[in-house]
Formats: sequence, structure tokens, C-alpha cells
Amino acid sequence: MASTILAVDDSASMRQMVSFTLKHAGYEVIEAADGVDALEYARGHSVSLVLTDVNMPRMDGITLVRELRQLIAYKFTPMLVLTTEAGPEKKMQGKQAGATGWLVKPFNPDKLLATIAKVL
Amino acid sequence: MSVDLEMEEILKVFFEESFEGLDTMESRLLTLGDGADRETINTIFRAAHSIKGGAGTFGFMEISEFTHSVETLLDEMRNGARGVTPDALQVLLQSVDVIRDMAQSAQAKRPIVMTGAKALSGELTRILAQKVPPAAAQTPSAAASDAAPAGASTLRASAQNAAATSVGQPKRDNAAANMSSTGPLEGWRIVFAPDVSLFKTCNDPMRILDELANLGPLEVTANVDALPLLSDLDPTQCHLSWTLSLRAAVEHARVAEVFDWVDANSKIVYEPIYASSNLSPVAPPPADPTQAAVQRTAGPSDLQVAAPNAAKSGGESGSLRVATEKIDALINLVGELVITQSMLCRFSEKYEPADVESLRRSIAQLTRNTRELQESVMQIRMLPIGFSFNRFPRLVHDLSRKLGKRVELKLSGENTELDKTVLEKIGDPLVHLVRNALDHGLESPEQRLAAGKSETGTLELNAFHEGGSIIIEVKDDGAGLRKDRILAKARERGLVDSDALLSDEQIYNLIFVAGFSTADAVSDVSGRGVGMDVVRRNINDLGGHVQIFSVQGQGSTIRIRLPLTLAILDGQVLRVGKEIYIASLVSIIETVQSTRENLSCVAGRTELFKHRADYLPVVRLHDLFGIEPDSRDITDGLLVVLEADGRRVAMLVDELLAQQQVVIKSLEANFKQVPGLAGATIHGDGTVALILDVPGLIRTFLERQTAHIGRAA
Repeated sequence: MASTILAVDDSASMRQMVSFTLKHAGYEVIEAADGVDALEYARGHSVSLVLTDVNMPRMDGITLVRELRQLIAYKFTPMLVLTTEAGPEKKMQGKQAGATGWLVKPFNPDKLLATIAKVL
Repeated sequence: MSVDLEMEEILKVFFEESFEGLDTMESRLLTLGDGADRETINTIFRAAHSIKGGAGTFGFMEISEFTHSVETLLDEMRNGARGVTPDALQVLLQSVDVIRDMAQSAQAKRPIVMTGAKALSGELTRILAQKVPPAAAQTPSAAASDAAPAGASTLRASAQNAAATSVGQPKRDNAAANMSSTGPLEGWRIVFAPDVSLFKTCNDPMRILDELANLGPLEVTANVDALPLLSDLDPTQCHLSWTLSLRAAVEHARVAEVFDWVDANSKIVYEPIYASSNLSPVAPPPADPTQAAVQRTAGPSDLQVAAPNAAKSGGESGSLRVATEKIDALINLVGELVITQSMLCRFSEKYEPADVESLRRSIAQLTRNTRELQESVMQIRMLPIGFSFNRFPRLVHDLSRKLGKRVELKLSGENTELDKTVLEKIGDPLVHLVRNALDHGLESPEQRLAAGKSETGTLELNAFHEGGSIIIEVKDDGAGLRKDRILAKARERGLVDSDALLSDEQIYNLIFVAGFSTADAVSDVSGRGVGMDVVRRNINDLGGHVQIFSVQGQGSTIRIRLPLTLAILDGQVLRVGKEIYIASLVSIIETVQSTRENLSCVAGRTELFKHRADYLPVVRLHDLFGIEPDSRDITDGLLVVLEADGRRVAMLVDELLAQQQVVIKSLEANFKQVPGLAGATIHGDGTVALILDVPGLIRTFLERQTAHIGRAA
């Protein structure tokens, strides 16, 4: 069965771009527009990987990762943070929240797939 | 769907989103003047951030780079490191324009012109450099370096990463600094001691080791000293550390990249291995960093190549965003239609005279369904006028600044819906009217005070329904139109006879004459006298008309009446001989039967009908269109008083039939344009009736009239 990826981004175009790339690579993709929506989905379903933007309305990506790590089903789910801010401070925040790693925007589809392949 | 097509769709979404984001930035920036609240700045920041990220990902580096400086400025405002100054706001607003221009060029596949961006970049840099409190001085530089990869191309991004890491390198690795003093680099010795919490972030050390092994031959030694007894072992914690020796002459950055996700909570020591340290030389590195970087750039440039094809067909596709409720309502109606259809089908199978009542009911239902369906479909084309009003806060802000006037803009009825085409075409005339109101209508603060008014003028934009039309009002509480000046100017220019007596309305209408301006000086805002005629023509083209109300010293109101939609017309069905015509109801003032006393003849040709205080020329439709009427005697027929472009005529027809809504079908697709005809419609019985173009009709009539007079003279 194909791995399911939960893609979270408030920008519809980024979400579609990510989703498009991943679907073509054979992954199942669930899209969520922000942390709140993603968390709601996560409470009822488990996925193989979470890919989230940082800067979002309602609930940002770092908070989402922290909240997800509280869920039993997400204790050992790799979580990647999509960010334009890979400064040491942001990295540490992400780490402390429980993020597996990050992908610095802008990225191209190959880079996205290569990064995901590392953790799946 | 092909990959290109799908990519094209995503790009379309990206642009749509970016323009929305820019609108958000603009409208929120305008509210910032009244005091900066954190959430508003955050919203603006987020919009800029998304545009930057998206533009970078989709390969529009110019947009991404420029938006980056805007974002940096916003970030400082957001952090409280910088106050919200009018100066900065102005630059931010201008930046929104520049980004919008760039995005529009990108969308249209035109090369992005950088002049605006370059000029503003200087401004942004200037603002970023000044006024930053020393305590916060670190923030912008940190922000600049961490976000630079996003703005730069991928190739530059990797160079930047390398630079960034080599700065941090000496802290972890002193040996690297003396690289030049020894032989060529042969590999790296790495001590990797992760924190016990490593597994909590789902980082598998095995993955890291595998990745390193991809760079070259790897020797791994695990250190198990810290491993507790089995009884004490918590398997969710990491107790191992490793000493790794990588035989590959790769750059430090390449190795550090592997540990990028874990270096924040691990102890990592890198030690270069040089040829002089007696190790056998290694084969050429399997992964050449420069090559890797070049390969990576291939991605985005592919994207750029794919994009032109994508937007070519997309561009101005005239797409429409429709609220889900509207679609749901449609689906619901179609469902009802299907039920009605199946009811009717039953009768075609077996019909008994006793069924006539239920047949009649079904047909009544079908009629209702059809009407509702029609209304719902029309609803889809309807958009709130707010889309058009949105631009005005910015426009008024900029203009009032430029003119040194204080203006409060009040919008009402933004949710009033009108046809998409009407909405698109009404934008420019509205802009013109608002500019005029600001420039000529509202006075300067000093003048207002002198006139006993409040310093701040009010400009209102109202939209509402009235009957079957939409009314849009542009209302100011300024000086009002000066009848004497308009009249004097019109006389001077020979537009009006010096002894003509004109009603207020007729005087006001003079400002719609091409080239008419009473402005003392031509400013770059308005006053050139081009425009008002265009405004009126545009509005007339939409089937609407303009009225002016004004009280000197108290202000003016320009009222635009527009039809709800262009596709359907409220028509009056007329008959002349055997022909049926339709005239738009809005152009009909009234219909009267004339007596002989009310008719007179001028110069032996022009027939005049005395309508109240006016003498209206009689237009014989049968003469104009060359058809045979029931009677040529005016008193036998009916006179329909029509108005268009401020002129009235009395049109002679044989009979008035029903008033009904008709669907306008264009004639020009199949026939050449006929003056005086706007289109055609199909009646219930399948016959075609022509729709009169009243303004065109009057124009044609007057032209013929003049031609006759010319010949007679």
C-alpha cells in the first residue's frame, strides 16, 4: 500500500504543488489548510509522514508538530517542516517541538522527493 | 490530465492566491495608519511570506527576491523592532504595486520589468538601514542571511549554505582552518554523539549513516559505553554514539548537510583527513558538490520552461469563482427539473383525458423550475460590487495625500451583486468619478474650514438595488458643481447658445461633453476634460445611465443606474405593421396617444410633438426601417417617448404589446451591425424579434435629419 502523507500549507498553490509532486511519485496525499485542520484529521487517522508549512493562520507548523507528538499514533511518525527560515533558532524550535527535519523553501520536486525518501 | 496541464492549473492557483494576498496586504496596510495592531501586521507579513515562498518555488526569482526585502521590513514591524511610520507604510504600499506588476507580467509570460522594483529596493534598503534601535540591529542581518537562500537562485542558495556553515565551522572544527597547510583533503573523521532524545524526532541514525556511506567508503565504530543494563533500558532513548571515518574528499558543507536535521541536539565533531596523514589515496569522490548543485538548479528552470506554455492558454480565460452555495442551489434545481421531466414522461406513455389536470400541474411546475433555474444560472455571473470598491481605499489614500486634502471614504452596499461583465467594465468609470470628486469636488482643509464645514471631507460610494437596476452613487460633500461656471464655459466654447435657457440637469450634463473642463489648471489627477464623456459612453454601453445631483456648497452626487445583467433585458414589445420590435424599458419615459393639437411641423419636414413643456422630434420607425405601417397618421398610432444620452424623441409605432424579459442574442456574430439595432431575441413561439438600440436609433435619426436639412439648404 502506498504511504500516506499529510501535507499542510495555507497556500493552495503550494499545497497543490506538493500534492501533485507526491501523487506522481506514488504517494497518497491528504491536504490540510492549516494546523487546526491537520490536527483534526490526525486525531482520526494515522499517516506515514507529515509535511507542514511553518507560517500559517490559526495554528502554525511548529505548534502542529508539538501537538501531533502528543498523539500516540504520531509518536514515531516522521514530520518534516517546510520553511524559508532555516536559521539555528527556528531549527531548535522545530527540534524541541519534535520535528524530524526541514526542507528549505523554495525547493524543486526532485529535492522534495529525495528528502521524503530519506525518512520513509 | 497531462503534467503540463496540471502544472498550469497550479500556477493559476498561485497567481490567484498571490493577487488575493496583495489585495489583503493593501487593504490591511491602509488600516495600519490608525494604529498598528499585531494581528494585522501578522496577516500582512503572512501574505508577503506566502508570495515570496510561492514565487521562489514556481521559479519567479525576481518576485521572490523583491518580496523578501518587503518581508524583512514587515518582520521587524511584527517583532516590534520597528515602529509603523507613514514613510514605511508608503513604501510598503508602493511595493505592493510593484509586486502586483511583476506578478501580472509573470502571469502574462512577459519579461518582468525591474525598474520599479529596483527603485523601491533602494527605498527599502534605506528604510531598513535607518531608525532600527541598536538592540534590534541583529535581527535584520540574521533575517537577511537566513532568508537569502529563499530569494537567491538554488545555485546561489547552496553557495550561501556553504558560506554559512564555514563561518560556524571553526567552533566545532579547528583543524579545518589549517586545511591549506597540509596535503589534499582525503576524507572526514566524524564523532557523532546524539542526544538521548534523538528518537523523539523520528531521526534514525541508520539513515544518517546510510547517507554518509553514499558519499564514499565509510568505516563505522559504535560506542556502546553509555548503554544501560537491559533492565534499565528505555528503547525510546538513544544511548549510542559513533565514530565515523569517511573516505571521500567532499566539502565540509556536504558532510554537515547530512547532519543538518540532528546537529541541533547532538554533539558532532568533524575532523578533516589529509593525504599527509599516511592514508592511501582514495578514488575520485562519488558525489561532486558542484555537480550536485547544477543538477539541483535544473529543477526550477524546467519549471520556468513549462510555465510559458501553461499560461498561454490560461491567461485571460475569463474564469469565474462561484460560491459553493450557488452551485448547490443549481444542482438542487436540476434535481427538481428531472422529477418534473419524469412526471411529464408518464403522460407520453399513456394519456387519458382525465389526466389533463395533473398534466397542467406538471407544466406549471416545469415553468417554475425553468424560471428558477434561469435565475440561479444568472446568479452565478453575479459578483459583489465590493470587488470593484476594494481598490478605492488605496486610491483615496494616495490621492488625498497628493492633493493635500483630508478625506474620509465611506463604502456601503459592498455586497450588492451585479453581473461580472458589468462589474469589470464599471471599474474605470468609477475610478474616474472618484478622482474627479477628490480633485474638483472636495475642497482643501482651509477652504472647508472657511466655508464652515469640517476639515475632513466625506466621499461616499454606495451601491444598492432599486427596481430591476443597480444604483451606484459617488457622493461628496464638497463644493458642488458651479452652474454659472459650467454655463459660462459652455457658452465660451459655443456648446450652448448664449440665450438658451437650460434646466439644471441639462447644465450638469454639459460636463459629459467631450473636451469639457472647468478646471483652472490641469493637474495630473484630472482636469483635462477627457474622461467624463468616456465615463458616460462606457456606462451607456452597459445599458445604464448617469445622473448628476448637486447643491452648490454642499456637494454633488453622481448616480449611475445599471441593469442587473447584460444578458437579459426588461423589454417592451412594440408592433409596427407586421414587424415586432423590443425596446428596453429603461429608455421609455412614457407612451401617449397624440392629438392633432400637440403636433406641429417645422421647416416643412421635421415633425414635432409637444410633450409637456418640450417639443420632441417624431421618429417614424417605419420610415427609418422601411416597412409598411398600419397607418401613417400620427394620431392613429402611439408615440413612445424615448430618452438616451440626454436626448428625447417620440417614436411612432402602431401598437404596444406585452412587457417581458427577453434574452439578448447577438446579431453581430452572424450579420453586420445594423445601426439602431442592439440584437435579437427569440419568442416563445420561435419567431425572432429585433431589439432596438435606442441611443443608436436616435443618433441615426438625427443624422438623417441633418442630411435632409443639408440637402434642402
